[in-house]
Amino acid sequence: MESAGLSLLTTVLFLPLLGALVLLFLREEQAGHIKWTAFGFSMATFFGTLLLWLAFDSSASGLQMVQRVDWLPQYGISYYVGVDGLSLLLVVLTGFIVPLAILSSFRSQIFEERGRIRLYYLFMLLLEWAMIGVFVAQDLFLFYIFWEVTLVPMYFLIGIWGAEERIYAAVKFLLYTMAGSILMLLAILFLGSRGGSFALPELIAMVESGALELPFTGLLGAGSVQSFLFLGFFIAFAIKVPIWPLHSWLPDAHVQAPTAGSVILAGVLLKMGTYGLVRFNLPLFPEASVAWAPAIAVLAVIGILYGAWVSYAQTDVKKLVAYSSVSHLGFVVLGIFALNAQGIEGGLLQMVNHGISTGGLFLLVGMLYERRHTKALDAFGGIWKVMPFFGAAGLVVVLSSMGLPGLNGFVGEFTILLGSMGSEVLGFFFTMFAALGIILAAVYMLYMFQKVFMGDVDKEENRNLPRLHWQEIAVLVPILLVILLIGLQPGPFFDTMTATVDNLVADVGEFIPRGEETVAALPQGESPVLVVGAQGTK
Amino acid sequence: MAGYAQLVPLIILIPTLGALLNYFWGARLGETWASRFAILASALTFVIALSLYAGLNAAHGQASVVDPPLLDGWIRIGESVSIPWQMRVDTLSVTMMLFVSFVGTLIHIYAVGYMHGDPRYARFFAYINMFLAFMFVLVTGNNFLMMFVGWEGVGVCSFLLIGFWFDKPGGEGWRNSNAAKKAMIANRIGDFGMIMGILLMFWTFGTLDYYRPGEIPNVHILEKAVHEYELEHAAAAGEEQAGESQDEDTHGSLILTSLPAAEDKGDGAVFPPAHLDNEHMDTRALGVFGQSERLLAAGTEVHFGNFSLPIETVLVLITLFLQLGAAGKSAQIPLFVWLPDAMAGPTPVSALIHAATMVTAGVYMMVRSNVFFANAPLTSFVVTVVGALTALLAGYIAMGQWDIKRVLAYSTISQLGFMVAAVGVGAYGAAMFHMVTHAFFKALLFLGSGSVIHGMEHGHHHVDHDHGHAHEEEPFDPQDMRHMGGLRRRMPITWFTYLIGTLALAGIIPFAGFWSKDEILADSWLAGLHGKDLYQQFGGYIALALLLLAAAFTAFYMWRQMELVFYGRTRSPAADHAPESVASMTVPLLVLALFSVFIGFVNTPKAFLGLGDVLGNSSLTHFLEWSLANVHPWLPEGGVFNPVIAIIALALGLSGIRLARMIYGDGKALSSGGGDPLATRPSTGAIWRLANARLYLDEINFRFFENPFNRFGAFLADELDWKFWHDYVHNSVFLRGFNSLGEFLGRPVDLGLVDGTVNGVGRLTVWLSGRLRRVQSGYVRMYAISLLLGVVFVILLLLLPLLQT
Repeated sequence: MESAGLSLLTTVLFLPLLGALVLLFLREEQAGHIKWTAFGFSMATFFGTLLLWLAFDSSASGLQMVQRVDWLPQYGISYYVGVDGLSLLLVVLTGFIVPLAILSSFRSQIFEERGRIRLYYLFMLLLEWAMIGVFVAQDLFLFYIFWEVTLVPMYFLIGIWGAEERIYAAVKFLLYTMAGSILMLLAILFLGSRGGSFALPELIAMVESGALELPFTGLLGAGSVQSFLFLGFFIAFAIKVPIWPLHSWLPDAHVQAPTAGSVILAGVLLKMGTYGLVRFNLPLFPEASVAWAPAIAVLAVIGILYGAWVSYAQTDVKKLVAYSSVSHLGFVVLGIFALNAQGIEGGLLQMVNHGISTGGLFLLVGMLYERRHTKALDAFGGIWKVMPFFGAAGLVVVLSSMGLPGLNGFVGEFTILLGSMGSEVLGFFFTMFAALGIILAAVYMLYMFQKVFMGDVDKEENRNLPRLHWQEIAVLVPILLVILLIGLQPGPFFDTMTATVDNLVADVGEFIPRGEETVAALPQGESPVLVVGAQGTK
Repeated sequence: MAGYAQLVPLIILIPTLGALLNYFWGARLGETWASRFAILASALTFVIALSLYAGLNAAHGQASVVDPPLLDGWIRIGESVSIPWQMRVDTLSVTMMLFVSFVGTLIHIYAVGYMHGDPRYARFFAYINMFLAFMFVLVTGNNFLMMFVGWEGVGVCSFLLIGFWFDKPGGEGWRNSNAAKKAMIANRIGDFGMIMGILLMFWTFGTLDYYRPGEIPNVHILEKAVHEYELEHAAAAGEEQAGESQDEDTHGSLILTSLPAAEDKGDGAVFPPAHLDNEHMDTRALGVFGQSERLLAAGTEVHFGNFSLPIETVLVLITLFLQLGAAGKSAQIPLFVWLPDAMAGPTPVSALIHAATMVTAGVYMMVRSNVFFANAPLTSFVVTVVGALTALLAGYIAMGQWDIKRVLAYSTISQLGFMVAAVGVGAYGAAMFHMVTHAFFKALLFLGSGSVIHGMEHGHHHVDHDHGHAHEEEPFDPQDMRHMGGLRRRMPITWFTYLIGTLALAGIIPFAGFWSKDEILADSWLAGLHGKDLYQQFGGYIALALLLLAAAFTAFYMWRQMELVFYGRTRSPAADHAPESVASMTVPLLVLALFSVFIGFVNTPKAFLGLGDVLGNSSLTHFLEWSLANVHPWLPEGGVFNPVIAIIALALGLSGIRLARMIYGDGKALSSGGGDPLATRPSTGAIWRLANARLYLDEINFRFFENPFNRFGAFLADELDWKFWHDYVHNSVFLRGFNSLGEFLGRPVDLGLVDGTVNGVGRLTVWLSGRLRRVQSGYVRMYAISLLLGVVFVILLLLLPLLQT
């Protein structure tokens, strides 16, 4: 397992970096070469991630395609990568979104004004490299490096090619993420120095066996080391997600970022937060996770409702979509902290769904912006009539985003709510309030759809908008297909996660306080009625 | 008929293909071919439904469960969750398929003429094909989640079709799209209930399937059928035997030995079935309904993740949530406000979706869940009251409307109230019966109104042409009944069919509505008499009283409409010139009229003048018994004709018509001021105006829900989130705080690098980029590298000392 050669995973991981290096040899004037090189490398990466999925054995719960090479052995730091059911789909998602983001930039007008076309695509590929790195790193130190590296290209994508207030937004984005990261770094250093290794699987094993003792004495009790470490990670991830009320950086970053930046930000970067919660918080600090779950779920539910309501009151399309992320990711967090298989798998799938649907929404908004140079809701109306295919695509993405059954968003939301209802730590009221979010989702999504696409074409500027270019259609069609695919056949996606998630749920479930196991009274002559709620028990 | 049930996926596939064809190529096909393909798709669904009906009859009513090909399950999570794509062919779903596909096809044909010349002609047919596909998903699914797929799918089609003319100029497009949005949101409120009900259901039963393959919904009817089957076969075997040998003595024993082994139909429906009950199945192997009966019998406490409830309470909760769902889709109090607005869609859509089929989905869902509702007396009572009140209030509002389609919209709400109340009193068979008859006569009335509107529009254009003032056109509403009158002579077929529809709706014998409405009333009376507890008895009487009154209202507002539209003098030049509609529109009217007369006989009541001997006693009810464990749960003589109630209802209906004739007939339709005769009379003025204002429900809705919702949203977004949280707290407090802290720390601690706070790193970034911009502008790549190096540098600085200890 621990070889120094090029494993498939390492190859996929470093392909985008290689692409970035190749771009350095091209000249700024060779715009066509630059574009297609970047696109080619991102597509190659995408096929690589698909190969990973093909090679993945979904019946096994441990890490696969592991590669580990000593890096700083004196500190217990290694280049340690691998995928399992938690990360594989996010790697594939990254592979899927980045080529679309790159393709969507081909015809962008931002380069006419800001230029630096080579640098732009260089950053895109760097970003892809770092994002895949975040999802595959199994060494806390390596993870942290990748985590921080993602900031750099995004910072510049917003800061150089963003809208009017790009500098403010870029700096804010950077500051907020880093503020959280510092706490995480401290927690990582503590764990690494105590455990003598930064390798996550080893640390988890030590926590489970008791070799690494992290005492838990209450949520904020003195000496509740586990709780504080939990919070160290949690706050970093919560800012990234963002969990209410730490979302204040999001509308700025989203609104100011160029289209491709928003797509990647919503599509992948935010998932680094929710992924981190599942990857680190749950297995490393199971006791604290159980204890904190209701409090975090409260924030998640507030986020669902608040994000939706605030979204509804926006007058800027992009801001509306940005706030909708707060609502959608509230669902994801709720699912994760249901601490059962349904909730976590729903949460993981919903990360993918949100990446596709919200990524799609930002792409649509970007296409509008290229044509009208405004994002104000009032500037549109009747676009469906002017651009029929665009309208239909918009409808599908909007419906997916509001969770229409048969499309992808529903599968995720439904399984999350299923998990939440059957959760041993959440239950009825959390679920009921979260489910109100599906009403609000319809309210703000349809509001946007109506304002933009329906109604009379009563603004002169909208009358002669050019129809979609084939490259734009090529960006939207894969998104529509995946929306349908996951909506109708989510089975393979769930199967990928099941073994890993079951394992995780069993580990965390040990810490859920339970009364005596009850077996329901049996009707005579029947097999035992299962106690359905006790999914986590072993 | 081997494997007949395997046809059922086609009933979804064919209209889906029709929709795709028309969506992508419709514009190139041209009107003729676009509509032909759509009609063909729709007609094929009817053929399939008929074949399924025939197959089902051959299989003695036994249901089949079909896994559609090519789809590999749906939502499955390890061992714990398995929700398949699975279809169910049983008497209930086939009943739905039959009338949906038949009425649907007629409406497709009607739309050929009605939509003629529309720029999005093919798109329209694509949408209604898609609607049919989703409607069939809704009725054929074998689990609640698949029903929900259809449920939401038809909702989307309804959204698309209400907003079909979203681009009409002069603000009308915006109004249409508002109506579409309103419909979808009201339905979403109901969907919240559906989702909650489904979630609770899943954790109670561990599945969402109605019935598992091999499970028997209604044990008693099966025993009876097997008994009859044995007698029949015995007789047949006897005859054979008699032909071969004349030995009378061995006859008896031969009957016994010649009983056939289970006859395999090749699709899972085996008759006689291997088991006459479900005892051989584990509780957990049953579907939700079978399980709920066992759990009730055992008095089980249901354990959810962190709470537990007795099964009775769980069922009440589930059904209350489902009832909310039904209130959304079937336009009941408090969610019915969307349906009148939904009339913004083209009239064929109003007929198909907002009268005959989609809006009955809520009733279908409750009938499908009869086991739950029958065991939740509290919910049944709530359902009764909601349904009966809706029937009454909507009937009342309908009396004060001027818009021909709005009257019908409120009438639909009112009739749905009848069905819902029927579910509440436990008359599930009667609810389905009324759903079927209503589909025919209400579709007829809507299509008739469409024909009238069409005629009025043409008449208006005609007048414009003649007088040549098309350019200074004053707004003309072709749906306003005040402009009509006297159309009987101009549009004889429309008048004649409309009359039949009116009589059917008003419940006049022998038209369809009489039979179905009467069965609901008779069953309500029985529920009052024999109900198991006070809830049921009280509910039965409430339903009877309110529904009788609502029936009188129905007759009144329908005859008012007849008088205003067809009788008296014409009241506008447009009405003078309104032509009869084309054949593609009138033929569907005639067909529907025929059915509106006779469809009531599918369920001729027992004990009615010996008619049952000719037409079959309660055939529909007996047919449905195969799928419904409770057709009349606490009504031993359900479906029996009750002459007293029938006469009262008939008398009320006739007097409603008589009263309307007195007030509006003989040219008194509109009093001199152009207002309703009731409005100008002091004794009735206030009552009429209240109905005309629709009880101010839209105003109340706006004032107490929409407006506060919007204002609170604006407050959250602008004040709380932006001005306070984003601008004030973050920019003023945090940022300034960090800055001053940073400066304080930055001075004494050398480079400002050690303070690993936000500020330090942030300032480094700003400082670096600022520096680099000045020093090396043009080499932006360096920004990245230096920032990266900076970050790594900070990390290492922090890292090393800690690690050394």
